Amino acid sequence: MSVLLAAKDITKRFGGVHALDEVSFAIEAGQIYGLIGPNGAGKTTLFNLLTGMYSPDSGSFHFAGKEISGLRADRVAAAGIARTFQNIRLFANLSALENVMIGRHVRTRAGVLGAVLRTAGTLREEKEIERRGLELLDYVGIRSRANEAAGNLPYGDQRRLEIARALATEPRLLALDEPAAGMNPTERLALAALVKRIRADGVTVLLIEHDVRLVMNICDRVMVLDYGERIAEGTPGEVQRDPRVIEAYLGAPRAA
Amino acid sequence: MRTPARVWLGMALVGVALLALPFALAYAGTAWVRIANFAILYVMLALGLNIVVGFAGLLDLGYSAFYAVGAYVYALLASPQFNLHLPFWIILPIGAAVAALFGVILGTPTLKLRGDYLAIVTLGFGEIIRVFLNNLSRPVNITNGPQGIAGIDPFSIGSFSFSRPETFLGLNFSGPVKYYYLLLALAIAVIVINVRLQNSRIGRAWEAIREDETAARAMGIDTTHLKLLAFAMGATFGGLAGGMFSAMQAFISPESFVLVESIMVVSMVVLGGMGHVWGVIVGALLLSFVPEILRWTVAPLQDALFGRQIIEPEVIRMLIFGLALVLVMLFRPAGLLPSAVRKRELAASGEAPLVDARL
Repeated sequence: MSVLLAAKDITKRFGGVHALDEVSFAIEAGQIYGLIGPNGAGKTTLFNLLTGMYSPDSGSFHFAGKEISGLRADRVAAAGIARTFQNIRLFANLSALENVMIGRHVRTRAGVLGAVLRTAGTLREEKEIERRGLELLDYVGIRSRANEAAGNLPYGDQRRLEIARALATEPRLLALDEPAAGMNPTERLALAALVKRIRADGVTVLLIEHDVRLVMNICDRVMVLDYGERIAEGTPGEVQRDPRVIEAYLGAPRAA
Repeated sequence: MRTPARVWLGMALVGVALLALPFALAYAGTAWVRIANFAILYVMLALGLNIVVGFAGLLDLGYSAFYAVGAYVYALLASPQFNLHLPFWIILPIGAAVAALFGVILGTPTLKLRGDYLAIVTLGFGEIIRVFLNNLSRPVNITNGPQGIAGIDPFSIGSFSFSRPETFLGLNFSGPVKYYYLLLALAIAVIVINVRLQNSRIGRAWEAIREDETAARAMGIDTTHLKLLAFAMGATFGGLAGGMFSAMQAFISPESFVLVESIMVVSMVVLGGMGHVWGVIVGALLLSFVPEILRWTVAPLQDALFGRQIIEPEVIRMLIFGLALVLVMLFRPAGLLPSAVRKRELAASGEAPLVDARL
């Protein structure tokens, strides 16, 4: 297996706070890679650094052999990393289908002239964008909602729509920021199945999740962050037995 | 996309009505043909601004700057000012291009600004352009300062001039009537461009930026490029309308491009329904015609009711006008003909319509 994403010594400070301190990890192509840690551990900061929302103070990300640290968010997406947001950021007033169609932007080309003149190429592309949009809605199981405003969808469907929109950009790495947050147990099971299916279809997945059981069930490897530091990394089994992880989650054993 | 026969028939009827309109208006007086021409000019301006404000969600209060740039480019290249008399089909594109360049010049430093901040900067930009036009008469006289530029050439092709009246097939084509048809053709082109842009990959990207810029960028949309494109496209139409204005008026001065002019165009977009092409057209037509109709009705009405003028017609005209705007915003906050998306945005946020929370 080849390494798809390699992060080396990623450091980010906000004022005096070390949000992330020399964090390194590597994700192999085809993995589901979990990222867990208590609140404020730096998980979302790591996501934002990876996807170009912020740039790291030091350290680097290499994606598919190319350095991507410091690239603008839209270039990162073009390079093949798509993300979802912890606090859902859909285009709430547009339809579900339009949301996914916007995801196709980065892989399509029609410009102003093509749009105004309605050239054959533009019309063909436009048809293809819509076809692919519906296909992706079907893939995540919300095709029947295609024409509803994204903001009116039930919560679980909004999470699915965010995944469909991210997949529309044809990512090689899909980064999911707490996709199961606010879902009931049934929805969580369905989500786990969806994530596995996405991996089976050739997309590597990076997953931030609070639901430790979900992470342990579907991830091939897991990294644990605490106060901006990597405290453990390995298979779910290894990580679960790690004393530092147990301490971070349950508190230090009481002194005798 | 198939268009039903009923729609075609409706379009044909509207088309015939639009073609016959100037002659009907000419009955009431040539002044009304001129008013119609200005209404069409405002439709073009409002649709240009709609790209910036309605599609991309960038509140621009300095739009008349681009109108001014287009007008002055035309005036300088087709008047005794520099003794240049280039044909209009060369100058109009130049004017539009220069205006687009100014759009990018305004857009570049404001890329990171949103909402109220962007509005203030664009407002300042509009004033800067006007002040420049006022003062570019010394040391080298370029714009002739506040005196403005007079004797601007009308549009002409060979010996056919748009300002000279002509009789054709027994119909009297006055100057304004000829301009009417030219403006109508241009306006239709602008409408087609607007509609097609909205339903395109570019239009969707603009919508995404308006809805949530951060999410748009995360989806791989180059927001820098697309915002500049919106500014440039909007400015292009402004410049085009400016060139038309120059030729029709034969005289321009910085007076024509004051802040109120920008605000008027923004009002047309907001009143009609931001982001909705047909709504914006309705807004532009209403705000062009209603003040004129009031001008012609208020004074006689007062005479009839009271036997004398109690309130100055000009005052009461603006009073009624302002009141109408307030009422529309109270009862139809998304505009007279809002787009479906826009309605949802307002319902969701409960915000006052003019200053959008996410702008």
